[in-house]
Amino acid sequence: MDRGKLDEIIDKYDGDASSLIQVLLEIQREIHWLPKEALERVSQRLDVPLSRIQHIATFYKAFSLVPKGRHEIHICMGTACHVRGAQRVLESVEGLTGIRAGETDADLKFSLETVNCLGCCALGPVMEIDGKTYGAMAPSKTSEVLNQYE
Amino acid sequence: MPRINSPAELEELRKEILSRRDPHRRCISLCSGSACHAARSREVAVAIQEELKKQGLEGDVELRRTGCHGFCERGPIIVIHPEGICYLKVQPEDVPEIISETVKQNKLLERLLYEEPGTGLKIVHESDIPFYKNQQRVVLGSNGSIDPKSLEDYLALGGYSALAKVLFQMSPDEVVEEVKRSNLRGRGGGGFPTGRKWEESRKAPGDTKYVIVNADEGDPGAYMDRSLLEGNPHSVLEGLVIGGYAVGAHQGFIYVRQEYPLAVENVGHAIETAVEKGLLGKNILGSGFDFEVKVHRGAGAFVSGESSALMTALEGKVGEPRPKYIHTAIKGVWDRPSVLNNVETWANVPLIINKGADWFCEFGTDTSKGTKIFSLVGKITNTGLVEVPMGTTLRQIIYNIGGGIPGGKGFKAVQTGGPSGGCLPESLLDMQVGFDELSQAGSMMGSGGMIVMDEDTCMVDVARYFLEFLTDESCGKCVPCREGVRQMLKVLTRITCGEGKEGDIQLLEELAEVAKEASLCALGRTAPNPFLSTLQYFREEYEAHVREKRCPALSCKNLISYYIDPEKCKACMNCLRKCPAGAVTGGKKVVHVIDQEKCTKCGTCFEVCPSRFSAVKKISGQPVPVGVQQGGRTRG
Repeated sequence: MDRGKLDEIIDKYDGDASSLIQVLLEIQREIHWLPKEALERVSQRLDVPLSRIQHIATFYKAFSLVPKGRHEIHICMGTACHVRGAQRVLESVEGLTGIRAGETDADLKFSLETVNCLGCCALGPVMEIDGKTYGAMAPSKTSEVLNQYE
Repeated sequence: MPRINSPAELEELRKEILSRRDPHRRCISLCSGSACHAARSREVAVAIQEELKKQGLEGDVELRRTGCHGFCERGPIIVIHPEGICYLKVQPEDVPEIISETVKQNKLLERLLYEEPGTGLKIVHESDIPFYKNQQRVVLGSNGSIDPKSLEDYLALGGYSALAKVLFQMSPDEVVEEVKRSNLRGRGGGGFPTGRKWEESRKAPGDTKYVIVNADEGDPGAYMDRSLLEGNPHSVLEGLVIGGYAVGAHQGFIYVRQEYPLAVENVGHAIETAVEKGLLGKNILGSGFDFEVKVHRGAGAFVSGESSALMTALEGKVGEPRPKYIHTAIKGVWDRPSVLNNVETWANVPLIINKGADWFCEFGTDTSKGTKIFSLVGKITNTGLVEVPMGTTLRQIIYNIGGGIPGGKGFKAVQTGGPSGGCLPESLLDMQVGFDELSQAGSMMGSGGMIVMDEDTCMVDVARYFLEFLTDESCGKCVPCREGVRQMLKVLTRITCGEGKEGDIQLLEELAEVAKEASLCALGRTAPNPFLSTLQYFREEYEAHVREKRCPALSCKNLISYYIDPEKCKACMNCLRKCPAGAVTGGKKVVHVIDQEKCTKCGTCFEVCPSRFSAVKKISGQPVPVGVQQGGRTRG
């Protein structure tokens, strides 16, 4: 991420230290992870110790300290999806991609995450890839969906 | 748009808006909440716009993209006004016909209407559908007639009149008194009386005070706050400004999960337009009262929804809870008096001010007043958001509104209150739903999640599921929660894996007692609830797992086996082709057999075996029958 874009985000919040989480969220949204250089710059500009930034970046689920794959798979593990068999959907996707929840594959194709509720419980079990929702998932349907992604 | 400088100008504007609106004009309202977006509501909107243009109706027919209508099971939903024709599960392909037949010629499309199960009777109007008919939608009801991006829509329904009333006709003390008299209790979980919280903050020393909307809705399976904030953001804002005036705050915060992008967008837009119109900012409606609102996005941590943790997060720090020897109403954000209420609580405030505390008290039970929105999900026919007066029974909600359990399965339990709540069995279905009633039964109201479970749901696994969630979300600050809940999870996982030992249940009970008594915040104190309530009502399931290594619901993977009944197998190749582990052997005309060594118990064979054959069997606590493991038998 280039320095100019980074400064632009920080400036938007007037360099206010209480906006730290908001700044990190914008960086995350922009490039899908938080590189070390970016965190150092944020630390310097907002005058917040790097250790506190690390604390926040590891505490919240929205942040990643490693680069993400081209496609982000979210599998809903909310209660409604759980009782409709989300665990089996997750296991099937783990089997097909060869990665576990929280990981990214070696050629940066897929990142797999579980989420606690996407709030479309009527469609459960739900899988979301790059923002597109696939409802009524079952282990027998996952490979067909994953095959659509290059 | 010019500023509104007095209540009189507000009323004038309202009259002007209403005079411009022809009640007989055709308007198509389309549900555009997040759940319907997932069901292609965006594509439907585009199709409607294109089709109106194509059929020469552009300008004559209005398309209003509203918030969530609540009946998510059948989304996307459209309602065609003025007749109020309601079509369900509308897809882009249906749109040309809807415009040419219904909009142009008033002809009904039978296939898109609601069909009453059993009788097959078609229902035309939304309000006649049993799902809606048995509700009392005082808070959620406006969602269907408001475009959340349109302040005019909200004003047309009488919006901001409560704000004008408090600023010009009521003293802050009178506002607090009215809310106290209504007995409104917090809709986010604890059920603390809202008026008392306000009074405490109002009386607390200090000039700078804050009011906060908690929209960090984290309970899995609950999305009523999102739907309100997305669908009717001005009602929440109006409540917040009223609260600010009552406690003497000039700054408000809306803490909303970043996982709710549409809510962030709609509330941000609502703030901008309210500022432009002088309904927020300096000198609101010419009253001299100043009030500002900031949106703070949460970055994904369940515990940050706890009041003290949320306030720490607002300061830009890690959202961890702190001991609350002094209430946050007195020492909250930056140690200043801070009132934090949940989205639904704030949305109730303008209604109470406009219609009065007495009106509000007409709904509900002795100790729980008003209505409550529940998110009815899980193994239920009609998934959706349901608003009913407090005191409605679980049976009414699940059967009369929810339509019961699908697939002819039996009801087992309903889980309320999110991860801190509990599971209630069939014997309690006639219980009236209220804050105290639910707590007494070992569950809680929480934010109003209601997850229905049928006979296929294993209650031990449900307890394990919630403890896994809570272990993951525990911030780790205090030992009883960090270590105790983790150990509980370990034991429960052992039990669901078939490695439970005698004494495990007692060990869990001991751990539960410590976590309940000694944890720092509500997350740890209530973490044992899912275990305790399932043990209270479903002890026999725990015992079957521990003693017989059997899962009565046939759900725990390590305790079940699949096999194919050779008498029923028609050698159709379905399961053989689909098995991801290659564990099914056989062939065309050769009866299929599951290799138990290779089987990963994913259940694919069970799922794909045609129901007319039902050859794949699932068993627990007993060995696979002898004989079914021999291959080679042919099927003619």
